Amino acid sequence: MAKLTADTDLCQGYGNCLTTAADVYDIDDDGKVVLLTETVPEADRARVEAAARSCPVKALGVIDG
Amino acid sequence: MSTVVIVGASVGGVRTAQALRAQGHDGRIVLVGAEPHLPYDKPPLSKQFLAGAWDHDRLALLTEEEAAADRIELRLGVAATGLDPAARTVNLADGTTIGYDTLVVATGAAARPSPWAAESGVHVLRTLTDGTGLRVALAEPGALVVVGGGFIGAEVAATAHAAGRAVTVVDPLPAPIARVLGDEVGRLVGDVHRRHGVETRFGTGVQAVSGRVGALEVTLTDGTVLPAGTVVVGIGAVPAVGWLADSGLELDNGLVCDEFCHATGHPEIFGVGDVARWFHAGHGEHVRVEHWTNAVEQAACVAHNVVHPEEPVQYRPTEYAWSDQYDWKIQIAGRPNRATGFELAGDPAADPPRFAALYRDETGRLSAAVTVNWPKLLVAARRLITAGTPYEEGLSVLDKLIAPVSAA
Repeated sequence: MAKLTADTDLCQGYGNCLTTAADVYDIDDDGKVVLLTETVPEADRARVEAAARSCPVKALGVIDG
Repeated sequence: MSTVVIVGASVGGVRTAQALRAQGHDGRIVLVGAEPHLPYDKPPLSKQFLAGAWDHDRLALLTEEEAAADRIELRLGVAATGLDPAARTVNLADGTTIGYDTLVVATGAAARPSPWAAESGVHVLRTLTDGTGLRVALAEPGALVVVGGGFIGAEVAATAHAAGRAVTVVDPLPAPIARVLGDEVGRLVGDVHRRHGVETRFGTGVQAVSGRVGALEVTLTDGTVLPAGTVVVGIGAVPAVGWLADSGLELDNGLVCDEFCHATGHPEIFGVGDVARWFHAGHGEHVRVEHWTNAVEQAACVAHNVVHPEEPVQYRPTEYAWSDQYDWKIQIAGRPNRATGFELAGDPAADPPRFAALYRDETGRLSAAVTVNWPKLLVAARRLITAGTPYEEGLSVLDKLIAPVSAA
């Protein structure tokens, strides 16, 4: 399993993560990222890492869980 | 073992390298960059970095540790100077050559140079070196004149104004951002400067810039002379293809690529980011896009097409860009300047404003959206645009997000 992190102080609501992994990331009324799940299976890891890399302010992490 | 050489170590090149590993490329990856610094991110250069809130280390796109972990060989501080597609070699400024099986051209774009020469004190902003120089200049007293009311100019103006500098923005167009947003919405968004107390001279060109740092004069086409301590010229960028001039590759406002991002006639050469003018199958024409998100999305697509040449995917994104100016977060999806009509939602007069323009095209689809301080609405609209949603249907979906705000 891979564990997901999100820093809502850094998040600026750019929304790129949602275009790559809308099953994992959402956005709230204040324009801040919301994690829909805390972990993803290894099979999804590459795709979620790509979503994290699409964040312009590096607010998202994918770490070994 | 196949070697991918990526020329250009900004976001397009770096993300291509990382995506190649993620997609399973097991051969060599060589990342060539003209600048001596480790790869860094450019958007903060006109914002947090210029304001002094962030330093160089916050800009890192790829650390040495990350490069090593992904087995990305860095060749930094050495520009590519030529390409021999028949021999499959790239010439470098230090006299060496690198052979490749696959080449990714990601050299980006360079700031369009100032056509006005002064002794000193005139800046452009594109690279870390530019940003460092401008940051030092803005720490000195004296007015700032920004020539060019596009994204870079507007962000520099906002940052300098927040730092207490007197700022004037000059642009020959009456509403510079209208190039992107159309006239009416362009005026609404362009109003951001006036509302924050920054002077604008829109609809007036620059005749000359003279003097030296601390004692510059900007002469406008209407005869007005603006004194300035520092001048920033933000008048666009030009694709960095000079090193390909003798390569035989098709060049026309960038590296011309097909719908899979192959350079014309060269399935082993790809273009990524600001330098690439590729055939967007959804739009039915070649386009070149100078935005961060495009470089990242195109990098992922190119990495797929390198690793899976037997099943290439077309690159046909919904354009997306953002600009942070003062307390306005402006987000743009799709191509507003190609729209045939739009509706406004929200309240441009609120403090802070929160509004959106939702555009339709000639096919009757929701084709673009511009939001100010409304990320959630932008995300929803971006998704509907990508899905090709009919305009009225899209509006009714978005109305569920709009209505509660408008009622409040």
